[in-house]
Amino acid sequence: MQMTDTTPPNMTISDEKAIEISQMNKWYGSFHVLRDINLTVYRGERIVICGPSGSGKSTMIRCINALEEHQDGTIVVDGTRLTSDLKNIDKIRSEVGMCFQHFNLFPHLTILENCTLAPIWVRKVPKKEAVETAMHYLEKVKIPDQANKYPGQLSGGQQQRVAIARSLCMKPRVMLFDEPTSALDPEMIKEVLDTMIELAEEGMTMLCVTHEMGFARQVANRVIFMDRGQIVEQNEPEAFFNNPQSDRTKLFLSQILGH
Amino acid sequence: MIDRPVEYPAVDHEVAYLRTEEAPTLQPPGSEIGFRGWLWRNIFASMADYTSAPAAVMSLFMTAITLFTGYAIVWMAWTLLDFTVFSATFTAAEGLKRDACLPNPGACWPFIEAKWYQFMYGFYPPEDVWRVNVCFAVLAAGIGWLIFGPSHRGKVAAFMLFGYPVLAYVLLNGMPVEDNGDLGHIFSGVWFPAIVAAVLFAGWWLADAGRLGDVGSAFAPVLLMGVIVVAIFAVLPLVTMAIDLALGTEVVETNKWGGLTVTLVVAIAGIVVSLPMGMLLALGRRSSAPIIKWSSIIFIEVVRGIPLISVLFFASAMLPYFLEPGVDFNKLLRAMIGVMLFASAYMAEVIRGGLQAMPKGQYEGGMSLGLSYWQQMRLIIMPQALTTVIPGIVNTFIGLFKDTTLVLIISIFDLLGILMATLKDPEWATPTTAYTGYLTIALIYWIFCFGMSRYSVHMERKLDRSHH
Repeated sequence: MQMTDTTPPNMTISDEKAIEISQMNKWYGSFHVLRDINLTVYRGERIVICGPSGSGKSTMIRCINALEEHQDGTIVVDGTRLTSDLKNIDKIRSEVGMCFQHFNLFPHLTILENCTLAPIWVRKVPKKEAVETAMHYLEKVKIPDQANKYPGQLSGGQQQRVAIARSLCMKPRVMLFDEPTSALDPEMIKEVLDTMIELAEEGMTMLCVTHEMGFARQVANRVIFMDRGQIVEQNEPEAFFNNPQSDRTKLFLSQILGH
Repeated sequence: MIDRPVEYPAVDHEVAYLRTEEAPTLQPPGSEIGFRGWLWRNIFASMADYTSAPAAVMSLFMTAITLFTGYAIVWMAWTLLDFTVFSATFTAAEGLKRDACLPNPGACWPFIEAKWYQFMYGFYPPEDVWRVNVCFAVLAAGIGWLIFGPSHRGKVAAFMLFGYPVLAYVLLNGMPVEDNGDLGHIFSGVWFPAIVAAVLFAGWWLADAGRLGDVGSAFAPVLLMGVIVVAIFAVLPLVTMAIDLALGTEVVETNKWGGLTVTLVVAIAGIVVSLPMGMLLALGRRSSAPIIKWSSIIFIEVVRGIPLISVLFFASAMLPYFLEPGVDFNKLLRAMIGVMLFASAYMAEVIRGGLQAMPKGQYEGGMSLGLSYWQQMRLIIMPQALTTVIPGIVNTFIGLFKDTTLVLIISIFDLLGILMATLKDPEWATPTTAYTGYLTIALIYWIFCFGMSRYSVHMERKLDRSHH
């Protein structure tokens, strides 16, 4: 699996900083969940974040679009610094797409309405144009024929692909994935991963919290290992998997890869 | 990864198996389907087992229970039928009144016929009663449209919520526009609502263009409704003046209102106000801003902690002591405000239950797309939360509808109050007059409450998105 051979032309990384987190700390009450996080993501990077449960990886990416509040340090997304100002928060959220473990589709709206809601209300896009955009992205995730169904009528894999399309309709510059395949049956994981791979090949900047190590090897340009609220190790996938440095990383890899 | 060896016991029978042909799909056994199946499952399943002595005793016991309940049902149905039909008096010759009913032991229907007008309208002047009828007709048409209407349901619902109360007020009460034919009064009544409508329209125009921020854009439709309502207020004096000049309508004081009219006015006012108020209070109670949170909690807990009847009594008996002599505050309005506040507090808790049931992911889904708080509430959270608690909402509505009878304590003659007043009429005093009256009133209440219940079932089915 040589990155140089498989890299499509779009998957290039620029010098432009998409996200810059520096000296970020977060507490839940008196519990210090995120400790001294420093991370710079360049445009076009595909980063996979792994680590044992409770290590703070979800919390970290949820800080990026302010679903979680951080108490110390700075986060800059696309040049906008995240403060408690609601205007900044809404701006960042509309630039950053997010997919969740449990999809979080709106069950009372059709697939199409799920995809057009935010463009119409946040971006003030005319309805007709929003529908066209939504159909374009639904075709991309290969479910245009389900557009008028409700989320409850779709399989888990289809729902997660709709969630991806829904985020893409906002034309985000960064996509965050929070364990997108963890709630799926094994047969459905592949269809979601394929969609994500396609997205990566088009040059989307992505941060994925996932346990899919095959995906990490194939798509990521950087793998980050977190434990006990800290970034313990990061490296290119080849080096990360074949030659882990810290004992904690070695233990983690032996546990998830060792069946 | 297992570090100790495990010895599984050996199996000495054949374990390998391979299906070679598809198993056929069969009909269920006869005891499960059709009329025979129904009879077996519902009637005979518990009383047809004679395979052992204890089972036989149990079956005989069940047979006895079945026979007894069957007898009880037939007996009750027969008694009711006898009272309402076979032993009842249906017609009374002119001027006969109670003497027509006295010979028969059953219901005295001529009493209902004679008092029907009062049951419906109280002491509303007969020459103006068409106004009440128009109100009822518009209400029935609106509700019918909401249930069966082919399209534009949202617009009809908006009219019924915002426009109809105004229309009903103008029709039932009349607008005081005919003051000695002084047209100045009419136009002084027009300019204020017209200015308010213009301001609201400007607000809507800005909000719709996104210039008032997210709160503005979320509430743009509400502002537009406001424009329509106030505009109706501005135009209606002119309309009523036209009606007035054409037909000679007058203001009908609320103390002449009564019967079903008052019941519906109080109940509908409570329903229409309590739903949006309840939503705001429920959101307020969950707010992270302490002032909003605590004022919501205090309002809800105080109002819920006091019996409605004591508030109505206070408003009726005690309020005059606190007011200047000669200051009169419309009694019906007082009762309506009391009912609205009560219903809002109860509704808030029902809706809060629905909000509590919303998974956190729905908020996060909305947030991650950049929707503002009010957009999340209006587009994502409320539609789902309200659907979840439809049974609770309708329960509150039904309770409210029946609680309106409490206004009789402050001598407002609602449906029940008017019945009790008419029962005092000595010309209709017979042993069965009261039973006939209460039976009729109960039936009217039941029809409305059952209607609401069916409507709630209909809405639940319609809004069900689970598809399982």
